[in-house]
Amino acid sequence: MQNKKFNILVVIWFALAASVFLMPQYCQAEYDYVKISDPFLNKIPVAIPEFVGQTNNSTEADVGVKVSDLTGETLAFTGYFKMIDRGAFLEDLRTKGITASQITFANWTAIGTELLITGGITIEGDLLMVEFRLFDTYKGELIFGKRYKGRLDDQRLIVHRFCSEMMYRLTGKRGLFESNIAFVSTTTGSKEVFISEFDGYGAKQVTQSKSLTLFPAWSPDGSAIAYTSYKKGQPDIYIKRLNDQSEKRISFSGINITPVWVPGSSLMAATLSFEGDQEIYLLTEGGKIDKRLTKSWNIDVHPSFSPDGKKMAFVSKRFGNPQVFVQDLDSGSVRRLTYEGKYNTQPNWSPAGDRIAFSGMEGGRSDIFAINVDGGGLTRLTYGAGSNESASWSPDGSMIAFCSNRLGKSRIFVMTASGTDQRVLLELPGEQTSPAWSLAVNNN
Amino acid sequence: MKKGNVFFKIGFVVLMIGLLMIAPACSKKAKVDTSDQYPQAQGPSEEELARRAQMEREQEALRLKQAALQQFENEDVYFNFDDSTLTPEAIEVLNQKAAWLRENSDATVTVEGHCDERGTNEYNIALGERRAQSIVSFLVNAGISSSQLKAVSYGEEKPAVMGNDESAWAKNRRGHFVVN
Repeated sequence: MQNKKFNILVVIWFALAASVFLMPQYCQAEYDYVKISDPFLNKIPVAIPEFVGQTNNSTEADVGVKVSDLTGETLAFTGYFKMIDRGAFLEDLRTKGITASQITFANWTAIGTELLITGGITIEGDLLMVEFRLFDTYKGELIFGKRYKGRLDDQRLIVHRFCSEMMYRLTGKRGLFESNIAFVSTTTGSKEVFISEFDGYGAKQVTQSKSLTLFPAWSPDGSAIAYTSYKKGQPDIYIKRLNDQSEKRISFSGINITPVWVPGSSLMAATLSFEGDQEIYLLTEGGKIDKRLTKSWNIDVHPSFSPDGKKMAFVSKRFGNPQVFVQDLDSGSVRRLTYEGKYNTQPNWSPAGDRIAFSGMEGGRSDIFAINVDGGGLTRLTYGAGSNESASWSPDGSMIAFCSNRLGKSRIFVMTASGTDQRVLLELPGEQTSPAWSLAVNNN
Repeated sequence: MKKGNVFFKIGFVVLMIGLLMIAPACSKKAKVDTSDQYPQAQGPSEEELARRAQMEREQEALRLKQAALQQFENEDVYFNFDDSTLTPEAIEVLNQKAAWLRENSDATVTVEGHCDERGTNEYNIALGERRAQSIVSFLVNAGISSSQLKAVSYGEEKPAVMGNDESAWAKNRRGHFVVN
């Protein structure tokens, strides 16, 4: 563990130091390569030749293939890039070299490459150094280069750091590759909370309640998960710290469900019914009632907050059927957000703040929609393929996780924010539901 | 068992006679049986018949009680989609529930609120709770002590029947009773 931390520090330090050498001319982020809000997504063609060994160490070539492949898979995961088949490449960088002056960019634009990533591998004993360069092939320019150093088994971490930096340069946003996804799975026979890395890698069980466990939510720093469990008979909220597995229970009479943290504060919000009616309350870290937020005689449930913590989207049956509403926390004013259809639930506010995803149901099947916070720009993201529920945005707002039973059993799916590239995130025994995407956390 | 009793009795009496012959001055107990006529070919005594009848009555009562308990636990109260108000049919069933609860005032009961699979879990747990709450308030208004009743919602998590058509959904939108 200590070693691991040390490695991360080494990786970061080298990245910072190396960036000074490799990319003096680009200090400003370039935001116009990838527009994550573009509903007509054109994937950017990227070429990633096998990374090239820099010394005579014979293992460098093998590791170079692995690291370059992993870089391609990681970037392709976002849905914003397509990898150009290496069979189409016109030049071999293993003989030519990996720096701007050694590359003939016309050879890359000729096969449609817009972005070229070259890599150099240096291995000394157990230590691995990877230098990445990202080129704009049409401009024939280096966008940025960075050198990362770690141990040989830190390849995923190194690739994620580079990809993260690359997404930041291209979109102005970070966080996807440092995030985790919590979800509910029936792998053990009862519903339990599991977590995996953003790409489904390394799934592991985090609750052992042996009863119904539902609605996982991440703390902003990723150190704790709140969820609802029936392990003492009624639905109570538990807050579990991941480092020491300690648990705190919040249990008022009635239901205690849909816990979330309020961004920018230490408060949480949840749906409780101890006053008889299902209402949304703010809770202190200690689980005490801070304030009741909603006031209607009918169901109010499922809060989701704007990134500045000033507004709350929630579901209310106040007008007869469940619809999404937005409440201003300071003024208390409430307006209805969804008007299409008779059953709109599960609001999830995007980290960019401008869009709210939700589940709209018609004829027994749900689909994922997104809508602007002002009620305009309603977009349907899933169509006619099973029931699709529980949308959750990635921390950079570029992707959405959701669950769908389109293949029979319920699975966690991911797609881009515009609804393209829908695919299964991971397959575990049993069924998976209720994905919750964390903010960026350094979980490596 | 009863047959065995008779044989035992007979054997006991024979033994007593033997004892009497050996020790005529012996015991007061002997008196009890000396007056008996040992009707070996006849059926059980009146006392025995009464006992059997009593047992049968008790068993019948127990059976009825069990049947009432089973009906109480097995007969669900059904709801319309996205609705927690009680239908006339539901009220009819709940009147029988109230009668049972009055007769079994020492019983405590969990009223479970359930939903069909349509819609989403979070909202359905709230809806299921409102269904359970509707049932509990009806019963309390009917004079049942609220200390006998506890509401819990499972939303769509515990369907009674599998299937995704209206007939399955209708059976899953229910209030279910569990005697603790």
